[in-house]
Amino acid sequence: MTAGAAAVRDTVLDRLPRGPRAVAWLGVLFGMLAFFVALPPVAARSPIWPILFGLLGVAAGIWAVTRGVGRLAWGAIVLGVVGIGLGYLATLSGEAKLDSVVVWSALFAAMLRYATPLTFAAIGGMFSERAGVVNIGLEGMMLMGAFFAILAADKLDSWPLGLTAALAAGGLTALIHAFVSISLRADQIVSGTAINFLALGVTGYFFIDVYGDQGTPGGGIPRVPAVNLDFLGSIPGFGSFLEDVFGHLNLMIWLSFALLVVSYIVMFKSPIGLRLRAVGEHPRAADTVGISVYTTRYVAVVISGMLAALGGAYLSIGFLGSFNEGMTAGRGFIALAALIFGNWRPLGTFGAALLFGFSSALAQRLPEYSTSGAVLFAALPYVLTLIAVAGVIGRSIPPAAVGRPYVKQ
Amino acid sequence: MSATPPEEQIPQQPTGGDYAPSTAARMAFYQRAGGVLTPVITTIFAFFIGGIVVAATGHNPISTYKGIFEGTGLNWFFPWVSGAARVNAEFNLQQTLLVTTPLILTGLAVAFAFRCGMFNIGGQGQYTLGAITAVWVGTTWAGMPGIPHAFLAIVFAMLAGALWAGIAGILKATVGAHEVITTIMLNWIAYWVGTYLFGLDGPLQNDANKSVPISNDVFDDVKLPVWWGNAELQGLHIGFFIALAALVAYWFILNRTTLGYEVRAVGYSPESARYAGINVARNYFLAMAIAGGFAGLGGALDILGWQYRLGSLDIQTSQIGFIGIAVALLGRNTAIGVGLSALLFGALLYGTSTRSLDPEVFPPELAGNLTLMIQALVLLFIGADVLVIYIWNLRRKLRRRAATTAEAPV
Repeated sequence: MTAGAAAVRDTVLDRLPRGPRAVAWLGVLFGMLAFFVALPPVAARSPIWPILFGLLGVAAGIWAVTRGVGRLAWGAIVLGVVGIGLGYLATLSGEAKLDSVVVWSALFAAMLRYATPLTFAAIGGMFSERAGVVNIGLEGMMLMGAFFAILAADKLDSWPLGLTAALAAGGLTALIHAFVSISLRADQIVSGTAINFLALGVTGYFFIDVYGDQGTPGGGIPRVPAVNLDFLGSIPGFGSFLEDVFGHLNLMIWLSFALLVVSYIVMFKSPIGLRLRAVGEHPRAADTVGISVYTTRYVAVVISGMLAALGGAYLSIGFLGSFNEGMTAGRGFIALAALIFGNWRPLGTFGAALLFGFSSALAQRLPEYSTSGAVLFAALPYVLTLIAVAGVIGRSIPPAAVGRPYVKQ
Repeated sequence: MSATPPEEQIPQQPTGGDYAPSTAARMAFYQRAGGVLTPVITTIFAFFIGGIVVAATGHNPISTYKGIFEGTGLNWFFPWVSGAARVNAEFNLQQTLLVTTPLILTGLAVAFAFRCGMFNIGGQGQYTLGAITAVWVGTTWAGMPGIPHAFLAIVFAMLAGALWAGIAGILKATVGAHEVITTIMLNWIAYWVGTYLFGLDGPLQNDANKSVPISNDVFDDVKLPVWWGNAELQGLHIGFFIALAALVAYWFILNRTTLGYEVRAVGYSPESARYAGINVARNYFLAMAIAGGFAGLGGALDILGWQYRLGSLDIQTSQIGFIGIAVALLGRNTAIGVGLSALLFGALLYGTSTRSLDPEVFPPELAGNLTLMIQALVLLFIGADVLVIYIWNLRRKLRRRAATTAEAPV
């Protein structure tokens, strides 16, 4: 028993970063601190603090870069520079304004709300792309989920049926993508683009056909309930903060956390995941050892459609309680960006979704400073992803066989 | 986060005879296999399925398609249409060609990159950048004479589009970043930058009404002259001929210049092209830049030809660049094909718009979505090469049968 515990402790310790990597992590931490010291509750008013911490972060990053740490060390350098800039800006801002914009519990809760649809769609995209099928139709599959979830929830008066309808709609849409790009061996990008158009057309057509000019009814549509955890407030110390962040989250946000854990285990700790990754990296080899490439890809693409649709359903019957044409508004593409930014890994993808979610949450509060600047802020996820694929800060590398149709011999 | 492996370790083409022809090689195959037959079959099939949807939701597909067709103004070509119907058709045809103009150019933007083996789905962003630049040039330098001013606006817009696409080209050429991913990101960056520029308090917002997120109008003498129809009623501007000239330029560059030869060689096989001494990276960049130039030109012509101003909402709702993908694929990346399929989609877009379709026949709000569906179906079937191979084999089989029956009596 104690031997087992020691072994577990040893493996955990083995995984902790050491040497230059630990320094790079320290640099990342310093870079974040540079910004945080200038914000409430610390709210340092002197620019010396952010500059000091930022420079420490940059120095740690440079030191780690010279010792061969790639992406992480560059990240520390960038974070340090960004931290100095943002921290300095924060010291210039009025204290009252700062207090009204930076309410951490509200920002975190909003971050989770914005990140959830991205998490569902991006994890979905991971299944598809890890199996070797590019899925730029995520946006369309989300839209299908959003519309059919609210249609079913409204007409059948039940949100579980709404979610079921979303799963079915997303799965069927993905099945089209799978059939065309796996069986008919069409270009996967063309097929994904077609899926996006198709979803826009189908949801728009039936939305107007069913609801006309009125739109979805304002109230009365059953929505996915929130999970109330009032006991969090009674925890001494951080209790009220925890309650504000986690106390009243939608059930689907918790579902997305569960999905993260499950998808990590399936993808990296189970035979199914091993097969799926094999099909995505080297389909010929996978085929040779008896894995059905077609079946695996079909299943993966359909799963991706279902998950993306859940993300869409969260938007319509979880978050807003209404639907309008093209309501996903590029979230499918942000999810794709999160997937790439997270290097096709569940935790990385989730982290990217949280980052993009946080930037959305912040953008919502920025009009306090500048209306137009807040709009520009919305481009941040795309810029970050562009930098990530450009390889300035390490490289995002896709599965080897992604995008290539496979012919059985 | 593990250290990223060096580039050499990434298998560019998995061994073992995997099915992975380059996009251009695949397109060349289609060309041989299908000719004009498959695009036509695909289109008919897409319209057929669209008709089923119309019928399933309780409308008459025949009268719907007839209504859409009359809304496009293509009946102007029928000599028996006369009187008020002819006047109406003339106006509608002008509007259809007005939409066709940018579609030709965004179609060329996709097609040109395709011939170099790249999939440019950033036509929308490049079009947006072109439109933004045209508005910016067209609303500044007040004293400038009209013709050079318009010329400058068009050139700058093309350069902006070329630059925007060139980013993706450079990233592809230097670090091998996939152009699909980079152009998607660039599309959305263009979307938000445009929304910001013309949005509330944005730097290019109009001076008159600060509550409306729209730019100033371009100066009158920068606007392109109208050659067909009434200029007050949004007649057809001379940009249409510029688009036609672009089709010729596209054909000329690809088939009559060294650059075009190299671009096509890279498109068929980057490895062989490199072996033959062609600078592959340079061609990736140039092909993307030229593609972006086409799309930027499209944006400029729309601004100077009939829109005259740009709003945040215009940028957010525009689909011209995305439809360019369908235009290029349906047109098989040939100049004539792109021209014809741009006409098809232009007609479809205008014919189903609220301005032309009679709500008595079919609600235009539904018809707009029908257009999207037809477009999606065209894309879904056009890329399916098993379908093409099937038709190709069928044709060969039929020909062989015809040959044997012809020989039989002898």
